[in-house]
Amino acid sequence: MSASKTIKMLSRLLCTALLFGPAVAFANEGYDLNLQPGVTEVSQMQFDLHMLVLWICTIAGIGVFAVMIYSIIAHRKSKGAVAAQFHESTTVEVIWTVIPFAILVAIAVPATKGLLLLESNDKADVNIKVTGIQWKWEYDYIDEDGVKFISQLPQAQEEARKLGSGTDVTTVKNYLLEVDNPATSDDTTDGYIVVPEKKRIRLLITAKDVLHAWWVPALGVKRDAIPGYINESWFYAEYREGEDNIYRGQCAELCGKDHGFMPVVVKVVKQADYDAWIAKQKSAASASAAADTQTFTMDELMKRGEQVYNSSCAACHQPNGEGITGAFPAIKGGKISTGDMAGHINIVVNGKPGTAMAAYGDQLSKADIAAVITFERNAFGNDKGDMVQPSDIK
Amino acid sequence: MSDHHPTGIKRWLFTTNHKDIGTLYLWFSFTMLLVGGAMAMVIRAELYEPGMQLVEPNFFNMMTTMHGLIMVFGAIMPAMVGFANWQVPMMIGAPDMALPRMNNWSFWILPFAALMLVMPMFMGGDFMQGQGPAFGWTFYEPLSGQYNKLAFFIFAVHLLGFSSIMGSINIIATIFNMRAPGMTLMKMPLFVWTWLITAFLLIAVMPVLAGAVTMMLTDKYFGTSFFDAAGGGDPVLFQHVFWFFGHPEVYIMILPAFGIVSQIIPTFARKPLFGYASMVYATAAIAFLSFIVWAHHMFTVGMPVAGELYFMYATVMIAVPTAVKVFNWTATMWKGSMTFETPMLWAIGFVFMFTIGGFTGLMLGVAPTDFQYHDTYFVVAHFHYVLVTGALYGIIAGVYYWLPKWTGNMYSEGLGKLHFWLSTISVNVLFFPQHFVGLEGMPRRIPDYNPMFADWNAISSLGGFVFGASQILFLVIIIMTIRGGKKATDQVWEGAEGLEWTIPSPAPYHTFETAPEVK
Repeated sequence: MSASKTIKMLSRLLCTALLFGPAVAFANEGYDLNLQPGVTEVSQMQFDLHMLVLWICTIAGIGVFAVMIYSIIAHRKSKGAVAAQFHESTTVEVIWTVIPFAILVAIAVPATKGLLLLESNDKADVNIKVTGIQWKWEYDYIDEDGVKFISQLPQAQEEARKLGSGTDVTTVKNYLLEVDNPATSDDTTDGYIVVPEKKRIRLLITAKDVLHAWWVPALGVKRDAIPGYINESWFYAEYREGEDNIYRGQCAELCGKDHGFMPVVVKVVKQADYDAWIAKQKSAASASAAADTQTFTMDELMKRGEQVYNSSCAACHQPNGEGITGAFPAIKGGKISTGDMAGHINIVVNGKPGTAMAAYGDQLSKADIAAVITFERNAFGNDKGDMVQPSDIK
Repeated sequence: MSDHHPTGIKRWLFTTNHKDIGTLYLWFSFTMLLVGGAMAMVIRAELYEPGMQLVEPNFFNMMTTMHGLIMVFGAIMPAMVGFANWQVPMMIGAPDMALPRMNNWSFWILPFAALMLVMPMFMGGDFMQGQGPAFGWTFYEPLSGQYNKLAFFIFAVHLLGFSSIMGSINIIATIFNMRAPGMTLMKMPLFVWTWLITAFLLIAVMPVLAGAVTMMLTDKYFGTSFFDAAGGGDPVLFQHVFWFFGHPEVYIMILPAFGIVSQIIPTFARKPLFGYASMVYATAAIAFLSFIVWAHHMFTVGMPVAGELYFMYATVMIAVPTAVKVFNWTATMWKGSMTFETPMLWAIGFVFMFTIGGFTGLMLGVAPTDFQYHDTYFVVAHFHYVLVTGALYGIIAGVYYWLPKWTGNMYSEGLGKLHFWLSTISVNVLFFPQHFVGLEGMPRRIPDYNPMFADWNAISSLGGFVFGASQILFLVIIIMTIRGGKKATDQVWEGAEGLEWTIPSPAPYHTFETAPEVK
């Protein structure tokens, strides 16, 4: 058997194994192939348009590939084909310029309609300001006083996703698609954006530090969050009986180290449930405001501070406070955390422009800031012994 | 080689010979292909299953960033310049490039630029935390501005830009001034045409890139705020400037591959290229359109709807000249007398799979649906079909096509075909499932993912490992061909036409010292 024959056989074997394998897998669960139609008018429009263009491409592809394959089979020298010498035809060139153009016009009509729908800015019923922050989202219900919270990956998943965590992530429910409000106890649903059904929800999207993008596929919304800009997007969803009405998504624009770990979760509820949720949020906000006027003991501050540190600081400065050389400074024995108190408060409240250090003054409550500064000055062997109270935070 | 020229290392350092410089470019490119490929292997290994197994997230981001930068600026672009150096003078009957000393310089800048690009990876703190650029090959502000060794990246880009601009000036000067008598513009081989147009694109957009990185430099180190909203600047401006460079850049990488394929298909179909003139016009039309569609990379930044409509219409228009090219290649094969030596296989593979990349390009151009596709693996699949099975396939096809002319030896046809089939099957196993995970909702540039994306990612990774390993075979084939093999004839291929096939194989150190007459 010659070498070329062996190679032919080998390549056939490979063909069969590699192409047949995935084809069989299509039939199995877990191998989804296509865009989901979603639950809003916009996502449905996107799905329909996607299918239209996909079919046009598929038919055009089959046409072109069929001609090529026929030619490859029929017009080969080994079959005695003699080369024709034609090499020009203006008529043909004009025809195959005009036909694709006509198809494009046919696509452009529904695409234009779809885009105008997607970008429409009618009056909204609920306005939510969405702020991307490395690496979490802040939601501010601007029509409702004090309903404003941070939404980020739950602590348990933070642990599970660490390199060498030993956790089998396939057993983690909604892995990387779950959120939690770090200001409350570990009740994950607290981080959800709750919206009423049958209301036009306007999202006003911006960012504090770098670019992010807020994306929930089922709602058909993806919009960049850009510092200095307030982008607008919208959705309108109905409550679906018998379903959980929870829609998950992720940050879609590279935003640094933990870009892969800032999910988005939206929950659509009935109006009455929404009203109850808003009331609960408001009472939580006033409880938090009360804490800002309190005076805490060292123990209370340390306990609260550790919680805040783990949810808001440890991603960069590391759980052991040692930071990452060259990127994120250490808290353990750090210049600022063992230095002058005013300087420490200043950097936590105002951040450091041009770096990943965010201004936490408007992300955390005064009590949380006081607690975390106290924690940083006394944990990791820093042992400064001093204490910050909420009243010290301006 | 009776000519008087230095030998050993000095030959390569001081050479002004277009063939030597072409060889340098091609070897540099191959080295970068392997380095960038190794990084892709790290990416695919980490994505093989959900959960973090191998690297830290920032190291992963550094891998995707460096993989992109190295493949674009280190592998694809220099390979195309290598082809231009070897082939343009031989195809137009010129003795060498018009500006040989500058030619030496434009190559020798490159290794230093590449060094400056990768150096920060090994500087500073813990290597495994990713000390190199980790902000994506598109280096969007303000994220890139957070990087504390940004200056290395910026100066590396500047050097790459110098190199490209000098190379382009040289190619334009050569084509305009050194064509053999009788070689009118409309008689030039299509490869020469595509490079002429590419060179103009490069000269137009590389300074724009230089401007963008210079503004980044002054923002970072001299207190300006071009891209910093807090100082009155505009992060979106960065994207407009970047993509004004970046979109033509896409065509800079693909147009010369169009040219290579347009040389190969007529040779093995034994039939002249169908619609030569329309191919030239289509190339020019694509180049022109490439300047006016940049913001289709930015549909989600919040442009006014009128802007989105304009960029959508202009973008989908590119499908017209691109379709014309595919139709012309098909018509060239039609009623030919085809044989399927290795270069032809790669060229046909190019036409098939580039067309798939073209279709997904059209889908991405339709703005309302782009809001779903944008920044997902669907985009990753799209541009790898265009750049790997497009540009890289064109390059590999060209290497097999001209290698006998360069070395005087035939490569092993059996191994060449094995290389093709291994690559073509694995590359589809690698990239086709990425369409599916993208549509399912997997964002790009993430080191870890929900288990619902696991199955396709595992398959994609397996394809990736086989595709990566197959390129080692390519290296082996090239080295074997350089060292020996069946002697190539002057014409090499039965159906080959053009000036480069009239000279001996291997091509002598100096060719066309007396200009040939072209009828």
